[in-house]
Amino acid sequence: MANHDTTLFSSLARIGPQLKPIMWRLIFGLLSALAASVVALAIPQVYRVLVNTALEPGSGTGALWLGTAVVLGLGIMEAWLLVLRRQLVIAPATTVETRMRTSFYRHLQNLSVEFHDRWGSGQLLSRAMSDLNFMRRWMAFGAIMLVVTALTVAIGVGLMFSMSWQLGLIFLAAAVPIVVFGFTFRRSYGRASRRSQDQAGDLATVVEESVHGIRVLKAFGRGREALDSFAGQAQELQATEIHKAKSLATFSLVVTLLPELALAAGLVVGILLVHGGRLDVGTLVAFFATAAVVAGPVESMGPLLSMTLTAKTALDRHFEVMDAKSTVTDPAEPVRLDTVRGALEFQDVHFRFPDTPDGTPDLLDGVDLELAAGETMALVGVTGSGKSTLLNLVPRLFDPTGGAVMLDGVDIRRIPLAELRSCVSVAFEDTTLFSNSVRDNVLLGAADHPGLTPDEVLEQALDVAQAGFAHTLPQGVDTLIGEEGLSLSGGQRQRIALARAIAAKPAVLVLDDPLSALDVNTEERVSGRLRQVLEGTTTLIVAHRPSTVAMADRVALLQDGRITAVGTHTELLAGNDHYRYVLASLDTEPRDLDSGFDDELPDDLGTGPLPVAVRTDPPGPASTTAKRTTK
Amino acid sequence: MSRRDKRRQGPASAIPTDARNAETAQGTAGEDRVELSRADSKAVRQRSVRLLRTLLHPVRVRFAITVALVVLSQAAKVAGPLLIAFGIDHALPALDDGGWLPLAVTGGGYVLAAVAASWLTAAYLTATARLSQAMLLDLRIQVFRHTQRLSMEFHENYTSGRIISRQTSDLEALRELLDSGISSLASGLVFMVLTAVSIFALDWVTGILVLLSGVPMYFLSRWYQTRSQAAYRSSRVVSARLIVHFIETMTGIRAVKAFRREEDNAARYDELAEDYRRVTVRSINLNGVFQPGLVLIGNIAVAAVLLAGGYRVLGGALEVGALLALLLATKRFFQPVSQMAMFYNSFQSAQAALEKVSGLLEEVPTVRPPRNPVPLPHARGDIRFNGAEFGYGDGPVILPHLDLHIPAGQTVAVVGATGAGKSTLAKLMARFYDVTSGSLMLDGVDLRELSTADLRRAVVMVTQEAFLFSGTVADNIALGRPSATRAEIEAAARDVGADEFIRLLPDGYDTDVNKRGGRVSAGQRQLVSFARAFLANPAVLILDEATSSLDIPSERLVQEGLHRLLGPAENTPDASGSGDAPAHNGARTAVVIAHRLSTVAIADRVLVVHGGRIVEDGSPEELLAGGGRFADLHGAWQDSLV
Repeated sequence: MANHDTTLFSSLARIGPQLKPIMWRLIFGLLSALAASVVALAIPQVYRVLVNTALEPGSGTGALWLGTAVVLGLGIMEAWLLVLRRQLVIAPATTVETRMRTSFYRHLQNLSVEFHDRWGSGQLLSRAMSDLNFMRRWMAFGAIMLVVTALTVAIGVGLMFSMSWQLGLIFLAAAVPIVVFGFTFRRSYGRASRRSQDQAGDLATVVEESVHGIRVLKAFGRGREALDSFAGQAQELQATEIHKAKSLATFSLVVTLLPELALAAGLVVGILLVHGGRLDVGTLVAFFATAAVVAGPVESMGPLLSMTLTAKTALDRHFEVMDAKSTVTDPAEPVRLDTVRGALEFQDVHFRFPDTPDGTPDLLDGVDLELAAGETMALVGVTGSGKSTLLNLVPRLFDPTGGAVMLDGVDIRRIPLAELRSCVSVAFEDTTLFSNSVRDNVLLGAADHPGLTPDEVLEQALDVAQAGFAHTLPQGVDTLIGEEGLSLSGGQRQRIALARAIAAKPAVLVLDDPLSALDVNTEERVSGRLRQVLEGTTTLIVAHRPSTVAMADRVALLQDGRITAVGTHTELLAGNDHYRYVLASLDTEPRDLDSGFDDELPDDLGTGPLPVAVRTDPPGPASTTAKRTTK
Repeated sequence: MSRRDKRRQGPASAIPTDARNAETAQGTAGEDRVELSRADSKAVRQRSVRLLRTLLHPVRVRFAITVALVVLSQAAKVAGPLLIAFGIDHALPALDDGGWLPLAVTGGGYVLAAVAASWLTAAYLTATARLSQAMLLDLRIQVFRHTQRLSMEFHENYTSGRIISRQTSDLEALRELLDSGISSLASGLVFMVLTAVSIFALDWVTGILVLLSGVPMYFLSRWYQTRSQAAYRSSRVVSARLIVHFIETMTGIRAVKAFRREEDNAARYDELAEDYRRVTVRSINLNGVFQPGLVLIGNIAVAAVLLAGGYRVLGGALEVGALLALLLATKRFFQPVSQMAMFYNSFQSAQAALEKVSGLLEEVPTVRPPRNPVPLPHARGDIRFNGAEFGYGDGPVILPHLDLHIPAGQTVAVVGATGAGKSTLAKLMARFYDVTSGSLMLDGVDLRELSTADLRRAVVMVTQEAFLFSGTVADNIALGRPSATRAEIEAAARDVGADEFIRLLPDGYDTDVNKRGGRVSAGQRQLVSFARAFLANPAVLILDEATSSLDIPSERLVQEGLHRLLGPAENTPDASGSGDAPAHNGARTAVVIAHRLSTVAIADRVLVVHGGRIVEDGSPEELLAGGGRFADLHGAWQDSLV
């Protein structure tokens, strides 16, 4: 959140390009607002004329009717001008608002994951909603009224000068301290308004977390503590708001008091001037009548100015996000891959998070790993060793800080993002399903399957992922799931997400411990089917269990940021201590795997006896050409 | 990245998303409907006004003071012109006679009036802010507290985006009303009443004319009210949709990117934003008719006063000066009308917002703390299901009839296929849900009779998806027991083997998990949530697939920690499940749900759940020897290990 100290005008100027298309309507809106004020001022003039000329007892009624008609006409015109201003300004202002909102959203979608990891969604939401709402109101009302008000004051002061320069000067003298004070007000109020908008955004983030983390809060009975901390933050916001109001009140005090004091002096001086014969009573009355007209606008200067300052803050906050550059971008000179074979290679890949303190080694510290096209490779390492991070590099959710990831010999940073992500499919352990039907979720990124209808693709994918339960949902595969729909269990979500990844029929499949929430039997069946389906799909799969490793042709061991061993499960189990440490379970000796099991699938949801398809020696290609980095 | 915990299971839980359009106005059901029946509309309006009134109640003194300040500041402003008149009429002639006193009085009086008026204005500005902020804070906390109180059943149906929308944009609408509304209403009303009185004092004919203008104003307001009510209602609905979509995209950004949802999402958002724009324009345009309409009525009234008065002047029944005064007064009478229109506008908007907020507040938690709780300061951890039955909502029965006794200190593993009802069992014991019939007792006390504090101290559940809140790692662990010292927090982390990775974080225990959110892996999050549970140190610990993301070495560390926490397993008293073995000293009851049977190693007793029933119950050895489902599962699991 840099750049707090932008100036008022430079910030407001940034909205300029947005306003260009509606500039004329804004100007006409301004003019009609001015005209409405002029008309309102003109009505008393008619009274003056009428009183002076027509309204004598006994004179004809013609002039009265005429005068009334003029007053009525002006009155209608005033109302009409008010309508006109709104008609001119509202629709275009909301269009600008909507355009800014949608481009904000688009920009957020393009920003890298690294950005989203840092920013709470509540904070972003407050920028998308309330900041832009405020900006629109300022544009349609505040800015115009500020100009109208300033003009009215200027004209009024000019009139006052024309009546008596001495009195005008006294009045104007009050303006000097106001301007000086205005500068300090601008700074302090601007800062407070920034703080309050940031705090409001943070508060939204707290609300979001309290809802997303409701299970934890409930399980530990920490509703009280959550409430206290929320209340604490809400009170901080309250304090900032009150501070803001006080600052505005002080400003209003000065803005209204000083001109009034000047008028008090003016009254005394004026009476003295009249007394000395240098001013007539009529002018003195007119001077104070004008001053009374000017008083209203002067008073509204405070709120209008504060509105402008808040709009500035809103714009600053908006552009702060809009100025953020996506670190993962499309290549300038893209390389197109015609048919993707799926050979995946990590070449000396380094990765560290941007805020890692100096002196810590990179999280990925030179990963070298080669996956032949169609090969299934399991990635094994202790918790926190960087397995998920490595996986995230393949669909370019992050870019490596050193080295390169190559797909079919091409640096993936040179492949257009959309193309890369259409041939790389992922299933994360943290499953996100979208608010949509099961069908739409599964077929989300589905590729063309020649000769298969979408329904068949869906069936196949659900079948492989053992997600047949979808048919038993209330509306079958058309049941709405996701945030706004039916809640599924963790295991059910994982299987739908897996089906989604499979339906995409990618050249490269990246699976992050995709079966963690499944029970042993379901996992068995899924992995059995996966092995068939993944024939020909290059697969990198993070594994925590031997059962998952069993699906792979080869296993790579990630240790201290490097791949320290590659080979088959049996090889590594036999020859690598760290691998044994990571994967060998709880003092269990390898068992004789020949013990027979029934090969039939039970139809009782898998609590019965099960086939065991554990392969200790998967006949993978190049299963013995383990590539070892012995750095 | 969905950070939600394991959600409601199974097909039974039909979520009535359509319920947001349901034919009822009770609670949040039907909150997406814009066209309400007359009765419903009245009901939600009243609910909304009632909420506003309850918010005003605690601050009524401050409210009165604020109104008084507004009125006084108006009075001080009126004093200025009077002093000018006095100056010209009296001070000037007096000066000609050499009397300086009236001039001094005029000048001094003016200064006093000016100081008073500005000070009062500043004071009421501050007072308004205090008032409005106090009410907002009150409502914010009420909504937050209420959403925390609502049961899981509600949360599983109501999206987080909606709650956020209620807490942000709906409250914003109320804030607008409070910030500008009170002063414009109070000052406008005072001003209009005073002016009307002075008009009547001058000339009752004009007074009647002015009052007559109230008739068209009334009809215009009625028209505006019905129209804007619908407009603002739909504005609330559409903005909630916009927010829900926004939040869903931002929390699931990884999946959005990985599956190239950007374009589709943007198109959907464009659509929603355009809808939002349309309803916004509609409500503004309504106001754009209403406000100039009021001005027009005022201007017509002025013309009527001019005509009527003019005739009487011509007939000699009225002085010209009086007519002028009447005209000015009439004009002045209508001046605050646009302010009032603005107030009414924000009132309509706020009321629509409060309709939604009050609907949320009207939701009754299905799981409620008892009015007269049975105290249980030192739970032993004895759990007993007596003929317990359970089904989600009106859905089918998931647990048909359960009799189960878990003696204090026992470690029980619950196994079974996905969807067999294991998690339901856990949720019942943690009282996320209440049994629909029968009872569930802790140490002989029905869970429904325990205070929340006692229950949560005694029973803690760790779920599969570990959620970390903004704040440091230490804060997150301390959630288990906020009063814990740093040493205790670190000890808990050491017990589950989380200490090592935490120390390697940039700021160790003080690392902000939000700033480096990407760095804490799913497994590490689980370790932190384990540390939380260890710190909480409950009598009953429920682990619902809580080790699924852990690698084997981490799991081993957690197992060892559990082993220590749960007491020596070799002391296994009576694992047959029917016996009432005494709790071992200081040991804990543990219910472990895991599809990885590694946990079974430390279990005294195993329950196999199938179709909501317990089909096997016994010590691991017994069941293994018995050759039933567990033996098969265990065999399959053993084979999966290598």
